[in-house]
Amino acid sequence: MEEIYQQIAHCVEFGKINKISPYPPDMKGQDGADELTKYALDNGASPVDVLNRGLVTGMEKIGVKFRENKVFVPQVLMSAKAMNTAMQHLKPYFQSGAVKRKGTFIIGTVVGDLHDIGKNLVSMMVEGSGWEVIDLGTDVKAEKFINATKEHPGSVVGLSALLTTTMVNMEQIVKELHTQAPGTTILIGGAPVTDEFREKIGADFYSPDPQGAVEYLNRMVA
Amino acid sequence: MGKILDKLKSGKVLVSDGAWGTFLQAKGLKPGECPESWNLLHPEEVLDIAKRYIEAGADIVETNSFGGNRLKLLHYGLDHQTTEINQRAAELSRKAAGKEKIVIGSVGPTGKILMTGEVTEEELYEAFKEQSIALAKGGVDAIVVETMSDLDEARIAVNAARENTACEIICTMTFEKTMTGEYRTMMGVTPAEMVHTLKKTGLDIIGANCGNGIEGMTFIVKEIRLSDKDIPVLIHANAGMPVYHEGKTVFPETPEQMAAFVPSLVKAGANIIGGCCGTTPQHILRISETIKNL
Repeated sequence: MEEIYQQIAHCVEFGKINKISPYPPDMKGQDGADELTKYALDNGASPVDVLNRGLVTGMEKIGVKFRENKVFVPQVLMSAKAMNTAMQHLKPYFQSGAVKRKGTFIIGTVVGDLHDIGKNLVSMMVEGSGWEVIDLGTDVKAEKFINATKEHPGSVVGLSALLTTTMVNMEQIVKELHTQAPGTTILIGGAPVTDEFREKIGADFYSPDPQGAVEYLNRMVA
Repeated sequence: MGKILDKLKSGKVLVSDGAWGTFLQAKGLKPGECPESWNLLHPEEVLDIAKRYIEAGADIVETNSFGGNRLKLLHYGLDHQTTEINQRAAELSRKAAGKEKIVIGSVGPTGKILMTGEVTEEELYEAFKEQSIALAKGGVDAIVVETMSDLDEARIAVNAARENTACEIICTMTFEKTMTGEYRTMMGVTPAEMVHTLKKTGLDIIGANCGNGIEGMTFIVKEIRLSDKDIPVLIHANAGMPVYHEGKTVFPETPEQMAAFVPSLVKAGANIIGGCCGTTPQHILRISETIKNL
């Protein structure tokens, strides 16, 4: 089984979704994350190992390469798609409790901002690291974040903004979360955001790249 | 020959305008409000922005239509007014520019990603076609496809504008400096790759906009010039990297600081210079004065 976990990790790292996917060109015609995951589970592989040694390992590799500017957004999106496709086969095991999530992460792009690429990247990388992700979408008001934290007690919140003109809306959301959902850990990110800004608005963590957020979340539950 | 290429023929460096989005905000655009809706709701304010840039010495003024494609307008429930919003944007800038000055119609990205199947090539083409036709109808001289990060989306937008209007076509992409010191768009495109792919579409002018400020633009222009020594290059630079100050984001570069980089930008091969986020009529005034004194 060890070999198939490595193959799954490889497919996720290089964005090989399934057999018919033409991407990446050098893996044309080969089985992808979809087929391999199904095969592994049908043949008695442990779903926990499929997740951790296959999907999580592959996502971690692409996350690190993205942080080091060795790959760019398109490659990460393809990896995330491969991971997501494979994750569908693991769903029953999550539902039965055979595989446990590390925690719940609530994410959204803040009010006034419609951009979702950065938010989606973080969302997919966090999910690919074994967390349950509640994606609230774009243009999300404070109230919606607060309601989601009430529905999912103990969850961590991530705020995204692409625009310099909308990052300022993070401050109000952080304030309202502090008063109405005290104790909630808040991560922020997005092109114009800096650690200095995070400190000023009182959020808990900033990372310039998705992998940094994943590593912070995993440290929280380690 | 189109109006811009004709003016560039003499070897003159042209001045373009500065920011629209941050200017609208200074005029009271609220978070969550559609900037392009102001063409219909507050046309006098939109007209004023174009006028202020012309007064500051801009030869070229953009239109308030950056997010005016139907895929983006849909979010505000304004997609059924796509033509009206873009045509009005062009008419307002034309009114400020008169016959002499040049109006370029702004076309920004849709925010949808092709490679994940979120949108098809056909849907993108139709959206850009519709917007370009409306801008042309409103009287723009050229279409500027800008702030692009995905080369396929840029190519489709350029083709849609070129195949459906008689306008000159400009395309600028947004590059960031990577850890390895090279410049790439968010999707990984280098300036050389941009030139290589977009030149095949037969566009007229190429370049870069937004990004981390005017200093890095010199490097980008040099890289474009290594790939093509002749194609006219347009640069719209931000007033530096935004910083957060007392509840507001502020762009730190002063008009003087930005203007100081203009000579090296021209030397590297830029033909048209203006501003992007955070630049004001004062920035354009200084840039225009610097260019006059070159």
